[in-house]
Amino acid sequence: MSLPARIVDFAEALRAEGLALGTSELLDAFAALDEVPWTDRAAFREALAATLAKSPEDRRVFELVFERFFFRAAEQQAVARAVREAGESDGVTGGERIDLDNLREQAIQAIRDGDESAMRDLARLAIAALGRRGEGSGVLGVDVQRIRRALELRSDAQPREDGGEPLTRDQIRRFEQQLRRELERAEIERTQQLPPARPLNELDRALPSGPLQDLAAVHRVVMQLKRRLATHGHEARGRRAHAHVDVRRTMRASLQTGGVPVMLKFRPQRPRRPELYVLCDVSTSVTSASVFFLSVLHALHGSFRKMRSFVFVERISEVTDVFARERSFKAVSEAIGRDAGVADVSGYTDYGRVWREFLGLVEDDLHPRATVIVLGDARTNGRDPCADAFARVAAHAGRTFWLNPEPRLYWNYGDSVVRAYAPFCELHECWTTRQLEEFVKALTRPQHV
Amino acid sequence: MADPTSISDVDAGLRSVGYLPGESTALVSFLAARLGKPVLVEGPAGVGKTELAKALSRYLGRKLVRLQCYEGLDEAKALYEWNYRKQLLRIQAEAAGTGWDAVQDDIFGEEFLLARPLMDAIASAEPVVLLIDEIDKTDQEFEAMLLELLSDFQISIPELGRIEARTHPVVLLTSNNSRELTEALKRRCLYLWLDYPSVQHELEIVRLHAPELPAAVAAKLVEVIARVRELDLKKPPSIAESIDWARALLLLGTDEIDEDVFRATMSIIVKHRTDLDVVAERAGVRLGLSPRAA
Repeated sequence: MSLPARIVDFAEALRAEGLALGTSELLDAFAALDEVPWTDRAAFREALAATLAKSPEDRRVFELVFERFFFRAAEQQAVARAVREAGESDGVTGGERIDLDNLREQAIQAIRDGDESAMRDLARLAIAALGRRGEGSGVLGVDVQRIRRALELRSDAQPREDGGEPLTRDQIRRFEQQLRRELERAEIERTQQLPPARPLNELDRALPSGPLQDLAAVHRVVMQLKRRLATHGHEARGRRAHAHVDVRRTMRASLQTGGVPVMLKFRPQRPRRPELYVLCDVSTSVTSASVFFLSVLHALHGSFRKMRSFVFVERISEVTDVFARERSFKAVSEAIGRDAGVADVSGYTDYGRVWREFLGLVEDDLHPRATVIVLGDARTNGRDPCADAFARVAAHAGRTFWLNPEPRLYWNYGDSVVRAYAPFCELHECWTTRQLEEFVKALTRPQHV
Repeated sequence: MADPTSISDVDAGLRSVGYLPGESTALVSFLAARLGKPVLVEGPAGVGKTELAKALSRYLGRKLVRLQCYEGLDEAKALYEWNYRKQLLRIQAEAAGTGWDAVQDDIFGEEFLLARPLMDAIASAEPVVLLIDEIDKTDQEFEAMLLELLSDFQISIPELGRIEARTHPVVLLTSNNSRELTEALKRRCLYLWLDYPSVQHELEIVRLHAPELPAAVAAKLVEVIARVRELDLKKPPSIAESIDWARALLLLGTDEIDEDVFRATMSIIVKHRTDLDVVAERAGVRLGLSPRAA
């Protein structure tokens, strides 16, 4: 197979993983390959990456696919031409003669230096020493971890006894990658065929998203979201057909030119900055999601000046002050857990009561330019949903959104009463950061009345 | 200077003007010069995106034309503008008697055009390096306007016609990733992701900018910076900040970074109140700094 065909194949593999590659990108890739030496693996990869993968996420996918694609291509050739490594039939030699301690020291050194080729050699040795004692589990990941444990490679926080620096998790991961690849290679050599190609695992490629992700990841995405929120409204500015002439300022400016209005002054167009009321369910049924939601609340607070936040379980409590006082997310969530006092007796959500209390709190303040956002799963634990109270909230406010942390599939099952509230608000499914971004777009989009 | 002929040329050239490129940086710069395609450079703040453009202009011996983007930037500020007042004066000076056609031809000439950075870069007789900084701060409409410039290196002015580039500029666009750029724009660019450098690479950079700093201190410094970056901070320290820190330590005449020195100077690398708290909390154990021996 010729190289151009191979590259086109590679692009096809990238497309299968969801990268938007046009013909123009491919042409660029070929043009770039004309300029770099192909024999240099790094240059070859970077040239392809610069022309084909155009965002950090795409780049992650690119790395994974590149690794897999060219590894498979090389192995396929090896199988087709019956190339075998010298040595014993199972591809490894001298398993029992290797001194484990020595191997470990060398491995740690190589990992610390980030020396790829040394790591690969040591990975092969380690497999030879530890991999073939008849207990290969058949699952690569398990074997990799077993070998890593046998070598006692850990990313401890404590410095090691010999005074060397502890290894970071990243460094160890790189070694694990080598192990995995060598194991795979040995497997292919043994069976003389390639395992079936699988699409990349969702977990490998996606940014962490589900509700069970760790807080730092949520925070990173929310930070990004915050920046987007800050710039978003401005995109709409160019769209309005007419700019309004500010007569007063135009007349004033005309004084400079003897009363001839040479410079027209326009009224600045301000982006829409809605007034927000956000209600967040913090009960146990949404525990995992409420961390997510609280951090969203936290982010929103930085971006909208006129915003009031409430948390609720059985009762509702305003937490605007808490957010105003505390800037770090951790302090906020602790303060809310301590002071809000929203769980009354049972600790189960009571939506009906929440609406009535909310109406009591803010009915007079709600007006058509206000936006109400509810973050909750609409599970009432069998109590009265009081949809009429919610309808009154929605009627007073300009727009009402409901973000549900449950997948759409579960809505209206069990004690979920999404249906009762649906007529009065715009419902959004929201359990990944992407869905959240979709919602933010909807929120800042100018309203077409 | 002649165009570079190999990647190592670019690498050596950038080094000679005081910029230490990573492996992909040199390669993409080389491709940009050879293929004449714009480069979209993304990455966290302070990893040397703008610096790369400056270094390229020094290395290639070309003038740097810089367009700083901001919200609400429009073509009048970026491309060209008609010198409205001058046109008005012209019309008044002509007074009566001149036909409409004559005046109209007159007032839409190059004489009445105010060239802005993009126009400058296109019309320049010498090849230039064009830096469009923080493209993500502008609106999508502005991006769309750039497309013609980036793919064909020309600008259409309705009243005048087309202005084509006389020379081929090297174009760099930088973005902090605060907004997703349009596919159309990305398609026209090569992509370069600049990240925080590896420890060795950063050590080289620090040594380059603060050569008098003792080697042991510099090594400790980049190591501490790398650890600080691993913490969950609002704004991790950038390369610029490690250089600042190195210079500060140099001024203070420090010969060892211990906990006291770190606490006294950490506001140089960490610039949020909450971040300062986080870092101060971890200074002892996580960052591996020992208290000063009594």
